[in-house]
Amino acid sequence: MAVIARDGYVDIVRDKVENFHGNQLVYVGWDDHLLFSAAQAFPLPPEMPYQALVSEVMASVFGDHPEFAQIDWSTVEWVLDGVSFAPDMEKSLKDNGVGHKSLIRFKTPGLTGINGTRL
Amino acid sequence: MSDKKNTVFLIVQDNEDARPIIEAVEQDNSAVNIQYQPGLVRMEAPGRLIVNRETVEEEIGREWDVQELHLVLISLAGNVDEDEDKFELSWH
Amino acid sequence: MPAKKLNLRKRYELLTRGMGWETTYQKMDDVFPYDSFEGIKITDWDKWEDPFRLTMDAYWKFQAEKEKKLYAVIDSFAQNNGQTNLSDASYLSAIKLFITGVTPIEYAAHRGFANLGRHFRGDGARVACQMQAIDELRHQQTQVHTISHYNKHFNGLHDPFYQFDRVWYLSVPKSFAEDAMTAGPFEFITSISFAFEYVLTNLLFVPFMSGAAYNGDMATVTFGFSAQSDESRHMTLGLEIIKFMLEQHEDNLPIVQRWMDKHFWRAYRLLALVAAMQDYMLTNSPMSWKEAWDVYFVENGGALFEDLSRYGLRMPKYHELATAEAEHVSHQVWSVFCSLGNATGFHTFLPTEEKMAWLSEKYPDTFDKYYRPRFEYWAKQKEEGTFEYQKGLPQLCQICQIPMIFTEVQTDPMQISYRVTEHGGDKYHFCSDGCKDIFEHEPEKYVQAWLPVHQIFQGNCGGPTLPEVLEWYKFAPEDSGDYIGSQDHARWQEWKGADKKVKEA
Repeated sequence: MAVIARDGYVDIVRDKVENFHGNQLVYVGWDDHLLFSAAQAFPLPPEMPYQALVSEVMASVFGDHPEFAQIDWSTVEWVLDGVSFAPDMEKSLKDNGVGHKSLIRFKTPGLTGINGTRL
Repeated sequence: MSDKKNTVFLIVQDNEDARPIIEAVEQDNSAVNIQYQPGLVRMEAPGRLIVNRETVEEEIGREWDVQELHLVLISLAGNVDEDEDKFELSWH
Repeated sequence: MPAKKLNLRKRYELLTRGMGWETTYQKMDDVFPYDSFEGIKITDWDKWEDPFRLTMDAYWKFQAEKEKKLYAVIDSFAQNNGQTNLSDASYLSAIKLFITGVTPIEYAAHRGFANLGRHFRGDGARVACQMQAIDELRHQQTQVHTISHYNKHFNGLHDPFYQFDRVWYLSVPKSFAEDAMTAGPFEFITSISFAFEYVLTNLLFVPFMSGAAYNGDMATVTFGFSAQSDESRHMTLGLEIIKFMLEQHEDNLPIVQRWMDKHFWRAYRLLALVAAMQDYMLTNSPMSWKEAWDVYFVENGGALFEDLSRYGLRMPKYHELATAEAEHVSHQVWSVFCSLGNATGFHTFLPTEEKMAWLSEKYPDTFDKYYRPRFEYWAKQKEEGTFEYQKGLPQLCQICQIPMIFTEVQTDPMQISYRVTEHGGDKYHFCSDGCKDIFEHEPEKYVQAWLPVHQIFQGNCGGPTLPEVLEWYKFAPEDSGDYIGSQDHARWQEWKGADKKVKEA
């Protein structure tokens, strides 16, 4: 439904991809690790290899968690925008289907957070 | 509709100016429950609560304008019916 | 014998009837151009009646009296160094959040009601809105005046209005106020007077201000209750406007119901900040958030909506979820502040053993199970010197603008609640169905949202690094971080140490 306003609205999409200087927004959330209270937001080039997302970008934030170093990446379960997927680590974010404002969630089987508390 | 009457309440500051109002409410509302919390006094009653001008005037021995209630009022719940003789709260 | 005084009803009528007139040189629709586009149908503005019937002379008299009382307390508080009687200086984090997050909303409400005081067609409604506009300005001024005393002694209180327009967590109250202000007059008044003031402000001004009294802050409790006495009048106006709209035309019901659903949810989300103030930032809390929610929303809100059901109005959508969340939100909000405490304009601190015992008692089903472990883990890390603030920036909800920290409390409280929709080829993320519904009804409005995290990435907030952003916020380095070891803490210890020495002597 259209906005209810007397004078109408100018068409401003504040977060369109063009506003991010060549980057796109990507959100990454680590399931069952609520020590990070929310998924994290990153501005990333669409050409960035998925491997770099994992070992540089994600490590820069999630690396502070003691379980991050224990992750067996071959068993990680990935969900992209609500759908399970198997990323190709060598390919870019874009070629893996990661778009502007995509949400990537990952689950790390066997790792259940600090003392098993899902933190 | 059930017979259960929902609670109305009147909350005033816990100070000297409010005391005659609290005492008037206590006299004129048999079902009132008065709770003292830090800084405030909460008066709640089932369905209806009234502040009568005459009762407050008897307490303080001078004329009292019902709207003086505003000086100590903190909060209330219920529909307000106010005139020069009373301030009343009720649910329909 | 003096002429008999007119009775209250008559005086109120004289004030509010016949002051307006049917215009003839200009069409009424041109004089009042904003009160019809929302679809609300008013057939007879004379049916409007303010139950308080406050006339202008009485208004000035009582407001002047309230001011005199308030300023007497403020003066004596300052003269007697009232700040030294606080329970603890960490309590001031709540006041810092109040002056930066709540006081500017008072000012926004002033602007909004001044606008309505011009644009409603009915003169009774205009007078009520004009009085409320003056009240709201008074609230803003008295809050600034009272809290300025703390600014002489403590950090983080220096630029509330500047910060309101910029800081990541202050976009939550800012966007709430601006959502209402950019709507039409009927939606604005439903949002502010009814959803916020009637249904929810008791939660802020009653238990929180009682908490201020409980923590020795006589200055805050006095302005709080002084403001709240006006608030009672505003709540009554809110209820009156709802009844008025519903009585005027049956077509108004679905519109009012949708606004109720929307603004209840928006105001409720905003109050998540107050939940954290109530449970964590008050050194001693007289009442938990959950207890306050039960008394002031479940019981009182329930009675209110039962009363309004005769017009066909039902409880706001998702109120059951809000009640289920009452056992979680304060812990979730305080957790996110603690993990991003290097980027807040107030000090954060972990709950003490004593506080955690109180939280366990007040939240027997949730605190020990879901929240105690994280505070204990962080406490251990701080002891060992390994604690790190979170390095990334959180994903935000497009509507409430709070980091996406809320969880599926009805099914799995450790699972973040993720909701998403698409509009114009872009994705939009939400913390809840309530926020998602609001977006989907008016996407053109919310695609414009100024989300602080995204603005940092777009390069609009001083620079890409945290120190640059904080400087842009006008946060001084001493404003942020742990309370323990802060300048505020050192000053407090100095006073208390001096106190102790006097007592010992």
